Amino acid sequence: MVTNFSDDKYIALIGNPNCGKTAVFNHLTGLNQKVSNYPGITVEKKTGKLKSDFDEDIYILDLPGTYSITPESIDERVVAEQFMDWIHGINKPSAIISVVDATNLSRNLYLTTQLLDLGIPVILALNMMDCVKDKSVLPEYSVLKEKFGLSAVVPMSALEGWGIDGLKNAIQTSITTCKPRKSRMLFSSHLEIHELLNPLVKFLQQQFDYTPRLARVQALRLITRQSAVDLYRPPHSGEHYFDTEIVSEIERLSGKAVQAIDKAGLNHRTLEATIRYTWLDNLLKQSENKKIEGLIKISRSEKLDKILTHRIFGPIIFISLLVFIFQSIFTWSTYPMDWINAGIEIIGNYILDIMSAGILRDLLVEGVVGGVGAILIFLPQILILVFFMTLLEDSGYMSRVAFMLDKFMTKVGLHGRSVLPLMSGYACAIPGVMASRTIDGWKERLTTIMVLPLMSCSARLPIYALMIGAFIPARKVFGLFNLQGLTLIFMYFLGTFTALVIAKILSKFIKTKGRSSFVMELPPYRVPLMRSVFHQVYTRGKLFLFNAGKIILSVSIVLWFLASFPIADKADGADSDRINPIHNSYAGKIGHAIEPIIKPLGFDWKIGVGLITSFAAREVVISTLATLYNVEGDDENVVSLSESMKNDINPKTGLPVYSTLVALSLMVFYVFAAQCMATFAIVRHETNSWKWPLIMITYMTSLAYLASFIVYQVGSLIGKF
Amino acid sequence: MNSIADFKPGDIATIIGFTGEMELQSRLVEMGFVPGIHIRIVKYAPWKGLVELKIRNYHVSIRMSDAKNIKVKKYGY
Repeated sequence: MVTNFSDDKYIALIGNPNCGKTAVFNHLTGLNQKVSNYPGITVEKKTGKLKSDFDEDIYILDLPGTYSITPESIDERVVAEQFMDWIHGINKPSAIISVVDATNLSRNLYLTTQLLDLGIPVILALNMMDCVKDKSVLPEYSVLKEKFGLSAVVPMSALEGWGIDGLKNAIQTSITTCKPRKSRMLFSSHLEIHELLNPLVKFLQQQFDYTPRLARVQALRLITRQSAVDLYRPPHSGEHYFDTEIVSEIERLSGKAVQAIDKAGLNHRTLEATIRYTWLDNLLKQSENKKIEGLIKISRSEKLDKILTHRIFGPIIFISLLVFIFQSIFTWSTYPMDWINAGIEIIGNYILDIMSAGILRDLLVEGVVGGVGAILIFLPQILILVFFMTLLEDSGYMSRVAFMLDKFMTKVGLHGRSVLPLMSGYACAIPGVMASRTIDGWKERLTTIMVLPLMSCSARLPIYALMIGAFIPARKVFGLFNLQGLTLIFMYFLGTFTALVIAKILSKFIKTKGRSSFVMELPPYRVPLMRSVFHQVYTRGKLFLFNAGKIILSVSIVLWFLASFPIADKADGADSDRINPIHNSYAGKIGHAIEPIIKPLGFDWKIGVGLITSFAAREVVISTLATLYNVEGDDENVVSLSESMKNDINPKTGLPVYSTLVALSLMVFYVFAAQCMATFAIVRHETNSWKWPLIMITYMTSLAYLASFIVYQVGSLIGKF
Repeated sequence: MNSIADFKPGDIATIIGFTGEMELQSRLVEMGFVPGIHIRIVKYAPWKGLVELKIRNYHVSIRMSDAKNIKVKKYGY
């Protein structure tokens, strides 16, 4: 068999969900892709360059985890489509590393047997060897290598970091020899099945030039379910395009084969897997006693689960954890926030000292330091949130939450697997939308995506924190809770609760495409690797700062110009004490123009400007307000945003612009408002249409306006009595 | 014929097959739910939506509606 390598040689990593592929990938490439303890954390392809002292460049491809190459969900389809390319001769890898979890060999090796049909060298990476207590249950490596026809068998532990060199050596050997060994796995013992599949097998061989072995297994796969046939149709056929007639013929012949198989008293849906497992179980030869012994054994994780997923305690613990996390966001961040605030003031005053008065100094102090600084303060809170979320995921707890909540989630039109995407929405909607790929039903997946932006993301956190810090008293209630923390929890609750209600409504309108099911592995609990947790926190923090640097900086600068020009004529100075020139600036004019629309919500023109600028990203509203107040105020120092807001007086009424009620109204507005370009872009990408992001913007904006209106109007009424 | 749904947590059962047209069977069999394999019913999720099983040295949860379609017999019988 001739193998055509493209210019770059590469190795593909394939394995079951949560077998540690990405950890192996990180070791091989020196990269730092996100690893976790949740089946299905990798949902897209990732590539990196092998770190080694070989002469040539070798690339490593990391793929999402899958149990089989016949897909059940979008993330698994990524692997299946890759497979379609390979069997039709496109972009074949030099070798495949089949990563298996050594504690769970038979199920992991199932996928390996599917890889062996390709005629591509397969290296078996026996990962998680550190968790195998009794090495005697493992088969001899030489037997494994011989029977499977593997290029190499490498025992290793990506967690403890050993066996990596062995793996690198195996890669080099298989690249230089590049000839696959013949595995013994042939279906010679199933002659009657060959007969029944023969028309389909013949067609595949003629049409696509498959090897006899590949044609046979491909025929077996095609009869299991529709998703196997769909892989021959665009857009799932990868780089390949097959004529409609060819696909119809495949479908017709598969249908015939299904009938023939079922008539013979066999089950077409399970035939492929049954043949492979019969072969596999025979090879692994575990005694009946050992099997039962393993089954009865109660692991440490199972003992923990007696409490953590207990019918009553389980949900209570989950809710308490969330309350604890959101409380900590406030209580833990006080000191670091003060330090950052102090630092910003020092920098602002330093610039005031060293530069002479002028436009440039005003721009730097009011626009850059004032605007960006106002956002930087909230970095500690975001890091705390990400830290806890990562802990929950890495410990293995998130799959338990999915387990506990599936019933409830199905009731509101979602899925147990919606829990992780929704909860990662507390940090940011974008990875949440990506993570929804693991939900196998289209309807549930779409519903999850559509309500995800209602989960309060970390960009809302600065807005809540600012308003709460300035206008909600830091009182203790019930002797235990902090009123500020409670208000924050309420905002998160409001968003989450609304998300569930909207999901219920949406699921009535979205048509079902295919069924939904729930099969979820509950991986053993692990102590989260602090290195990886902190890396995750670091990545998130960097992203936030990068955003602050890019979007917020540019918006702040543009805004400063709009707020500072045209410079009012000082000649008619008598008025300037009373009416600040900022009102006549461009920004002032824009703000005043939209003020009538937002007045019923209790917002003044400055917030109006903020609503416009923050359409790109929510947190921009903070820097906008900061810049506006800095321009408005005197030049003598950088003013703290919350102080200026508290002291702002409406010149017409003589009353404070902000009250607790306005703060509440503004927070509620941001709970619902659709203000994030990046989210719309990813929703457009993942749903493949403009329809859904447009619906999203419409419903969220209406909801925001309506809710804010009710809060302010009802609140004002109550206030009058 | 018994299904997994007829067993209590702690019971061990042996898989016989699947009922009728159950679509999920293709995936379950790929995950090792083949006839003759033993499973332990570990527990039910709160509100009994899901059941947790131990099979082939791993824990997996499936919906009760699917568990009803997995035919089993009591281990040892």
